[in-house]
Amino acid sequence: MAAFGVGGNRRLTGHGSPPGFRFTLYALLSIVVMVLDQRGGWLNQARFLLQAAVYPLQLAVSSPSAAWAWMKESTQTREVLREEIARLRIRESELALRALNYEGLARENAQLRGLRQALPPIADRWLVAEIVNVELTTLRQRLLINRGTTNGVFASQAVLDDAGLLGQTMHIGPWSAEVILITDPEHAVPVQIERTGLRTIAVGAGNEGTLALPYLPANADVKPGDLLVTSGLGGVFPPGYPVARVAEIHRDAVQPLAQIRAVPLARIDRDREVALVWFKDARVNNPEIQPQPAPHKSAPAAAPVVAPAPVAAPVPMFTPKSAATPAPAHPPDVTPKSAPPEEAEDAVK
Amino acid sequence: MNVRMREPIGRIFFTVLLALFLSVVPVPSWFDAARPAFLVLTVLYWSIAVPRAGGLTLGWIAGLALDIFQGSVLGQHALALTLVTYIAVREHQKIRSKPVFQQSLIVMGLLFIYEFVVFAIDGWTGHVLYGPLRWLQILTGAILWPLAAALLGRSHAPR
Repeated sequence: MAAFGVGGNRRLTGHGSPPGFRFTLYALLSIVVMVLDQRGGWLNQARFLLQAAVYPLQLAVSSPSAAWAWMKESTQTREVLREEIARLRIRESELALRALNYEGLARENAQLRGLRQALPPIADRWLVAEIVNVELTTLRQRLLINRGTTNGVFASQAVLDDAGLLGQTMHIGPWSAEVILITDPEHAVPVQIERTGLRTIAVGAGNEGTLALPYLPANADVKPGDLLVTSGLGGVFPPGYPVARVAEIHRDAVQPLAQIRAVPLARIDRDREVALVWFKDARVNNPEIQPQPAPHKSAPAAAPVVAPAPVAAPVPMFTPKSAATPAPAHPPDVTPKSAPPEEAEDAVK
Repeated sequence: MNVRMREPIGRIFFTVLLALFLSVVPVPSWFDAARPAFLVLTVLYWSIAVPRAGGLTLGWIAGLALDIFQGSVLGQHALALTLVTYIAVREHQKIRSKPVFQQSLIVMGLLFIYEFVVFAIDGWTGHVLYGPLRWLQILTGAILWPLAAALLGRSHAPR
């Protein structure tokens, strides 16, 4: 009624083709586009261009929160800034010491093993990217960052913050890239429990900001507080980077699998900057770890899309992963009472 | 009285852009579940009020823009939005003659169809489906409709 009072005397029927015809046309077009996008990624080029086209709008979308952050920052007092600088200085010297220590250890380790390849891949180059937009919902946990192909960013590149693994890049535009977080329910990262060397897969749990370890048997040796590090399988993430800490474990006598939640170390909801990392270079040394052509449009090579249903017969989905499993030149870094890797795989079956 | 614009293209563009902005601007997660589909409401409004200018093309393009923003399969929201726009354009005279309350109910139905198409495509393309919360926005959208219609109506009301 009143809401539409205005258009009352307007000519209403469209001219040209009737809406039914145009609807069919558009519907077919949508379906064709969807099929092309879904299968084989034929639209990568188009998506690339479109992503470039909407980037200004995405910047605009993020501007309110950016303005807020800027306001907060610029009204900080001198005192606070001083404190922060002091804190950062201390932290920097700590880190420098630790880095020295680490390099020495890595060299020693390599000598002991007599293998140059055993050197863990070293972060070769870092690129700091700013977070432009954050999307943290139950179904999607993504970031948009302000670096793209013009900065050399490639698909399935590891994204870290200073505390741990954040995720990997997905759709890349010229000046921006979408990052899928490790807590996204469509993301899975191959991990290893640092204490025992047990390998498994950590699947994102959605908006609780946690990870689930759905494929460990109820009798697996896991304790709350265990550190999960990347296992390096799958080739997207290099081995040994911290991912999460086990928070709670439910062992149900009825169910064969334990239900385990882990909290990511990366401060997913608080970061404003992230680091993109180039590794030198596990792939050159180990041709076996070449990321296979992703089975799914956007599926990170390491992570075939895993259905969230905890025990829903995940076997077929894991075949690509098992195929990549013959752990090439990366023996588990921590192997005191290492369970054989098959155990984790068996648990899946 | 030919003072008013026949087809307020500029306003349509502006409001749709604004709605797109509202649909993708980051908000706290408790609100996100209930965030009404601003873009769908706006496109529906223009399809009913000015079916010649708003309508299928507008719906398709707006849906595609949403796809790019949300990183979903290209064409997913475009298809869903085209479908509900088509229904709205076809039935615009009937919908328009209803009182606002009934319009809200119709919009709720359309939002349901929209969400269902999106949901079905999510399923077919192997995306994650769980969470009954995704249906909540149908309700909030329907509740918002009278307000949205009044605001948008004012935005192109002749002076």
